[in-house]
Formats: sequence, structure tokens, C-alpha cells
Amino acid sequence: MKRGRVNITSKCQGFSSTEGRIKRQKPGPLGSSLAQRPAEDWGSLPHHVVLHIFQYLSLVDRARASSVCRRWNEVFHIPDLWRRFEFELNQPATSYLKSTHPDLIQQIIKRHAQHLQYVSFKVDSCTESAEAACNILSQLVNCTIKTLGLISTARPSFMDVSQSHFVSALTVVFVNSKSLSSIKIDDTPVDDPSLKVLVANNSDTLKLLKMSSCPHVSPAGILCVADQCHGLRELALNYHLLSDELLLALSSEKHVHLEHLRIDVVSETPGQTHFHTIKRSSWEALIRHSPKVNIVMYFFLEEEEFEPFFREETPVTHLYFGRAVSKEMLGRIGLNCPRLVELVVCANGLEPLDEELIRIAERCKNLTAIGLGECEVTCSGFVEFVKMCGGRLTQLSIMEEVLIPDNSYNMEQIHSEVSKHLGRMWFPDMMPTW
Amino acid sequence: MSSHAGSAAMPHRTIHLFNKGLRLHDNPTLVAALESSAVVYPVFVLDRAFMEGSARMGALRWRFILQSLEDLHSSLRKLGSRLYVLQGSHEAVLRRLVAQWGVTQLSFDAEVEPHYRRLDEELRALARELGLGVLSCVAHTLYDVNRIIKANGGQPPLTYKKFLQVLSILGEPEMPAREITEADFRCPCPAEGGEEEEEEQCGVPSLSALGLEVQQEVLWPGGESHALRRLEKHFESQGWVANFSKPRTVPNSLLPSTTGLSPYLSLGCLSIRTFYHRLSTIYAQSKNHSLPPVSLQGQALWREFFYTVASATPNFTRMAGNPICLQIDWCQDPQALKRWRTAQTGFPWIDAIMTQLRQEGWIHHLARHAVACFLTRGDLWISWEEGMKVFEEYLLDADYSINAGNWMWLSASAFFHQYTRIFCPVRFGRRTDPDGHYLRKYLPVLRNIPCKYIYEPWTAPMEVQLQAGCVIGKDYPLPMVNHLEASRRNLVLMKEVRSEQENTAELTRDVADDPMEVGVKRELPEDCVAQGDGTECNGGGGGVGVATGNKRCSSQEDSRTCSWTPDAMRLQEISSEVM
Repeated sequence: MKRGRVNITSKCQGFSSTEGRIKRQKPGPLGSSLAQRPAEDWGSLPHHVVLHIFQYLSLVDRARASSVCRRWNEVFHIPDLWRRFEFELNQPATSYLKSTHPDLIQQIIKRHAQHLQYVSFKVDSCTESAEAACNILSQLVNCTIKTLGLISTARPSFMDVSQSHFVSALTVVFVNSKSLSSIKIDDTPVDDPSLKVLVANNSDTLKLLKMSSCPHVSPAGILCVADQCHGLRELALNYHLLSDELLLALSSEKHVHLEHLRIDVVSETPGQTHFHTIKRSSWEALIRHSPKVNIVMYFFLEEEEFEPFFREETPVTHLYFGRAVSKEMLGRIGLNCPRLVELVVCANGLEPLDEELIRIAERCKNLTAIGLGECEVTCSGFVEFVKMCGGRLTQLSIMEEVLIPDNSYNMEQIHSEVSKHLGRMWFPDMMPTW
Repeated sequence: MSSHAGSAAMPHRTIHLFNKGLRLHDNPTLVAALESSAVVYPVFVLDRAFMEGSARMGALRWRFILQSLEDLHSSLRKLGSRLYVLQGSHEAVLRRLVAQWGVTQLSFDAEVEPHYRRLDEELRALARELGLGVLSCVAHTLYDVNRIIKANGGQPPLTYKKFLQVLSILGEPEMPAREITEADFRCPCPAEGGEEEEEEQCGVPSLSALGLEVQQEVLWPGGESHALRRLEKHFESQGWVANFSKPRTVPNSLLPSTTGLSPYLSLGCLSIRTFYHRLSTIYAQSKNHSLPPVSLQGQALWREFFYTVASATPNFTRMAGNPICLQIDWCQDPQALKRWRTAQTGFPWIDAIMTQLRQEGWIHHLARHAVACFLTRGDLWISWEEGMKVFEEYLLDADYSINAGNWMWLSASAFFHQYTRIFCPVRFGRRTDPDGHYLRKYLPVLRNIPCKYIYEPWTAPMEVQLQAGCVIGKDYPLPMVNHLEASRRNLVLMKEVRSEQENTAELTRDVADDPMEVGVKRELPEDCVAQGDGTECNGGGGGVGVATGNKRCSSQEDSRTCSWTPDAMRLQEISSEVM
């Protein structure tokens, strides 16, 4: 049998060649090929080598590998492998996805709580799953967590947990971590006192806070965060929490540049028609302080509810309308949103939006992406629009039904005309003809 | 086309096995069988276990199939032959017939779907065992889908735009096969015994013989003859074919169509190639162009797209183990699913559609979009697989590839990425049929509700409800969700899923609106087509390591082809390398 050398370099780039070669032995006198010198078997690879390999494995595979021998088991428990963890908590009766094994969860809490730095909890629509997440949170006492995410993959089950249980679990992490940098707690019953605790312990390190749809927080609560956490770069919240004071706090000298502000505009109470307005001067202060900030607004309102918005210049950059938006509103956007970069309109109505679109093309010089669905735009109007801003559009996503043929253009001609002005081939979005 | 036929000098005794393809026009396999045989026995094996194992079968679809078989039988009679319909498993029936009739060759259409492909393989194995020749042609799709996959470097094109581009390289689909005449059936099939006896043994069974019953009138009569008649009317009625612009509001299109073709295409009573070429001819005659715009042939090409992707994607009809499908933790909510299925959602637009579906077996494609969105990413957040199963049971045109493909599309699990656009169950309907004719027809309880309220009857004041004889909450359900809240929530969920599974989402996504590559690829030789686009290289398999930055790799080198010229618009000639 030919004596060969096998170089194991396929996946592990950092692998030095001496450690990589496994010599194939000549069969011994008794024909056994099992004779191997102890210094060169898999079980005696140095820890750092096994660690490197383990980092390419999925958790399941790693767990299996850890039962192979004592050394590999030791490696399995090296802190480096436990910096990131995602707890998946699903009830088998109601979920399509798998769940983290309870034994593994126990092991982590016992041996690795202090190693965890980037943690997320994914829970399904069952209250039990959210409660399980809270139980784990309460036990993460000796830890230095930097990133925490609470994510519901279906219904917002954290909202079904008793508020006191949730809050006490969350504050355990807030108090003990002291170096939280990113927190995602959308759709949870977090409240003002817990935010105070967050701020008291993590004001130096907090950079990202996402808390859309947290109904128990008040504008004062979030203001406290903005006032104290001067490193905050990304914030996501509902419109009712937005205030002039908040914007000014985010623009104070001590504050870093804000990079990303996401605002969900929803009716907090059924039939709510009144929305407070933000002063133009507050917006201006924010832009002066953070000229590159992305301001992303998602609107989920009925048509009549748009009245208070965009009556003055507003520095929004990304606008998404999740429901129908009125013609007037689109007209105001053209007038008052000079920083607009992206616009998506889910639906409008049966009247052509030519004028509104053309005004947007004229005044929104930064527009690079637009999406229209269930609206009406005449082909001529659309061509006009494209002539004016086609050169800067990287995304032009128009549903086929939106374009209305007229005397100048029919559907066939529209796509070649638009393609000409865009400098590339363009088709409207087609839905499958079933 | 694969053929192990013996030399032309030795004519065969052939069984032509119909599965789909229940037609005589454009039937290349049957033509090949007739040309190589002294005797051809047209056979349909009604293997109930097989058919019900491949898809849920509602009574309406059984009736459609039986009618189609009757029609085929009658057409064959006119040519001096007949259709033999035998019940039982394919293997058992064929063994018996082969022995009984001294058969030497088996012919059947090439199949694409996994269940039918397995049958294909079983038949071939049987043929090998019994020493029979096999004839098999592509007949159910415009192209041999394997050719499309090959032209795309071994992977199916995963976006519609990419698909069109690959097709443009392949050139036109083959022309339909020649017409079959009486002369082809030179030797009439020997009679089995008395006519009555023969009918009993090999006639088309009745619905009741299969233990089924259908009350509804026949709005979609099965069979090739009806299909061909409809084909002609389809072109006439589509006013837009004459002036090539689409209608805006389509209230009449929602009603059972007398010119719709989808059930006939799915069963093969109408050949997709015949449809396609008819369309091309009409267009060429009226406008003097070489090819119609893509949107006109949409129906045929979408079908082809889904067939192609389905043929090469494992677990295509499921979420788990499906490499192109986003893994989403849909809600398991049997109550909500039932309300959707039984038209009890409280949204008249949705309920009317689901009623028409159950009663008639066909709904307009806009209607399908509406209810699919509502069930999945729009409102209920229930798995698209559940919706697919319901459609499979009720639709006359239920089709493995198309049903699953569209459900994935509409739930934004694959192919479709503008997830921020959610169809509103009130507005979408109102826009399509402002006066609510459709609603009143299928939900007679709402007949007297005024137009103003009919799409959201729960907003009607009580006096109006009482006067209309329909109290919401009593005579008709209250809406089962708050659409605004549900859609807002779902949008957030979808966003989360997509950012985590970016690699999977990118597989079926066009480099949005930057078909620079489209222009560029036309210049490249065939073997660079697939490699130019980083997405396709890794498509279908794992998705790990797809460098999203790589997608424009081809265009970087070829910046000189940036300037668009009218010439680039003309579709490429057939490349000999591909052929």
C-alpha cells in the first residue's frame, strides 16, 4: 500500500502543515492498520486547533463532537464558543421550527452565563415560550451581555407575560450587564422604570435601542434614555413617543451623531384621529447635529388620519405606507420632504397620481428608489416622471396594473420608453398570471 | 424525445398511456406511436390511489377529468379507435393488457412532477422487464425543462426575468405536432366482446360509480373539444389582444369565465404549445411584429417558469427542506384556517372569493392573490402550505408546480420581495369591483347592503344593517382580524425573517431593476451565462457564501456595453452551442 500524506486544508485555513498531515501507516505485521502513534491522533489535536474547527460547526454538530472524547468536550466549553447564542423557544404543538434543548439551556446557564455577550431569544406565539425566555433572563446574573434581542416570530407573546415578571427579568440583565450596547425589545411590556434602570447602568455603552410597539413606555421614559445615553446611534420607536424634547436631546452637543431613527406611525387607540405634531425647529436641530441621519417612517393609518403629517418641511428619508395613502398626502410629500431617498406606496385609489409624482421628481432630489402598488399613473405622467429623475433611480418597482395607457403610450411602448430614459432595460413588476 | 423503438420495418403493437395530455391535437407521443405501430391502443389507467396520492382531489375536479375522458373517447371513436379506461394500479393493469394484446411498445408523455416522474420510472422498469420499447416525448410544457436548466448552467433560473432571458437564448418553442387523422388508425382496435360488455369493462366510469357526487352545474365542461372552442373565443373576447392595452377594472373577469383556459391547460386537454403559437400568430398578423410582448404570453410563460423551478428544486411543495423558501414560523391556528377555508372571515371580498372557489373550482388570478395574501403574510400569518392544500382540493386547474410556486410567491416566501405591499381585503376588492356585484352574487346574505358599506359591512350603522336584513355578528361574521394591526405586525415579522435569511431571499431575487446584466449577457458566449451572475452559481444549494456584492461582476468588465441601443432589445438568435 502506497504510503501517502493527506493534507487537511479544505476548510481550516489557519492550519499549519505539520499538524495537518496524517501519515498513513504501512500495515503492521499482523495486517492491522490501527496502529497509530498517540501524539498524532485526532483526540490529541491542540485545543486551539479543535476550537478553530468547532467554530465552523453548527451547534448540533458541535454538541455531538463534544461527546467524542474528553479533550473535545473541554473545547466545547471554551468561553469563545459561547459568546453568541440564540435561544429558540417554541412549543412543538404550535410551531414549525425547532426549539433549543432544555438540557442545553441548563448547561448554558450553569457554565456559560458569564461568557454570553450576544444573546437573542426567539419565541413563538405561545405565552409559555415567552415565559421561558423570561426565566432564562432572570438567571443571567453574572454576565457581560452586549447585545440583547427579544424576538417574537409570530404573535407578540411577550405581551402576554405578566408585566411584573417581564420587567423584573429584563432588569436583571440591565443591572448585571453594565455594558449593553444593542437592545431589541419591540413588542414587549417594557416600561419607564425599566428604562431608567437601563440608563442607570448602561448609559455609556448604549448605541442601539429598538422598541417599536411598546405601549407601556411614555415619552418621558424614552426622553430619559436620550438625555443620558449620549452614544445612542440608532433608535426605533412609535410616533407617540416622539417629542420635540426628544429630538433636541438627541441633538445636544454631548450626543454622538444619530445614524438611524425609525418611527412607526400607528393609531395607538382605535379610531385615534389626532396626532401631535413635531415642530419644524426640532427637526432642524436634529439635522444640524446629524446631517446624515436616516429617518425612516412606516405609516399604518387610515386615509383620513394623515392630516397632521408633512405640513411643514420634514427631513424623512425613507417612507413606507403600509396601507392606502391619500393623494393630498403624496402632494405634501413632494412639497415638504427634500431629503427623501426611498418611497413605497402600498395603495392609493383610482385617481391618477401624475401631478404628485412629478412634483416628487422635481423636489426630492435625493430620491433613488420608488415602489408603487395599487395606484394609478398615466403612462405619459410616468414617462414625465422618469425623464426627470430616472437617472438617479436604482429601484423603480411599479406593479403592472398601476400604469394606465393613454393616447401617447400603451403598455408595449411604455417599457421601451422608460428603458430609454433609465439607460437600462426596465419592465414593470409582474405578478404571476395564475 | 427518447425512443427505444425497434426499426421502422417492424411495426409495433403499442399501448399509448394517457395520464395528462388528454388530447389528440399536438400529441407528439401519440403521433410517434402511430407512425411506428400496426396497432395502437389508447389507454387511460384510472389508478385512484395514485391520483389521490399525488394531489388532493375534490369532486369537481373528478367530474372534470371524467368529462375529459369521455370527450377523448368520443374523438377517438370518430377516428375509428376508442379509449380504454381501466381501473386499478398501473402496473397490474398494464401487465394484463400487455399479455392480452401482445403489446411490444409503450408510449407516454415525459413527466416533470416528482410523483409522475416516479410513475414514469416504474413504467420504464416494467417495459425493461417485459422487453417492451418505450416512446416518450415532451408535451406538457413549451420546452423540455431540462434544456432550460442546462442553458442556465445546470440550475433552474430562479427569477422570472432571468427565466425570460434564458428563453430568449433558446429561441421559440417547437411547433405543435401534426394532426392525427383516421388514416393513422389504419387498423381499428379489435372488439373485446359485445359493445355493452366492452363499455362496462373499459368505458369511462360515472361519478357515482366512483362514489362521488356533484350538485353544481357544469360551468367548466371538461375535454379537448371544449378547450379548443374556448381557445378561439379567448382571443376574440380579449379585447386587449386587438389593441394591446389591459383593462383597468375587471369586474366581469371575476365571474366564471367562458373563455378561461387554465383547467384545460393543467390537465392537458389544451396544448400549451398550441396556445402559445396561436397567440404569436394573431399578434404577428395584426401588428406585423415578430413576437408579442411578454405580458401577453404571461400565462404560458409563468407556467413554464414554475414547472422549470419545481422540476429541479427538492421539496418544492414544502417549506422544510426547500432551499429557495424562507423558513418562517407561521402560526398554527386551525380555527383561523377553517374560517378562511369556509368563507367565514368577515371580510366579504375574501369570503366571496372562497365561496366561488369551493362552488365552482375556479377563481380569477387577482382573487387568488387576495386570499393568498390574506392567509399568509397579510393577515393571518398561516402557512402557505395550508393554503396550497385547500387550493389543491378545490381548483379545477390545481397543478403541482404552479400551485406551490404561486403560494410561495404570494406569501413572499420566494420569488416575490416587495413584502411591504400588502393587499388590503377591503380596498383591493373595492378597486376591482366598485359596485360589489361579485360580492352580492356569492354572498347573497349581503345582497342588500349598500355599496358604500359592502366591502366593510361592520362599519354600516345598525339601522342600515337591519334594513338590509343582515346584522353583522349574527347573519354574517364580524371581521376576524384588525387588518391594520395584523398587517403592521406581519410586515415587521417579514422584515426580520428576510434580514436573517438574506441568503435565501437573494436566491430568487432579481438584481432589482438593474438588468445591466441582461444587456451584457446577450454579448457573452453561452457558457458564461450562468457564471456571470453570482446568484445563480450557488442557487438552489445551501445558499451559503453567496456574495451579494458579486452580482454585478459581469457588468463591471463590460462597462462599454452600458449604452443602450435599440439593437440590444431584439431577442437573440438561436445559439447553436445550446442546440
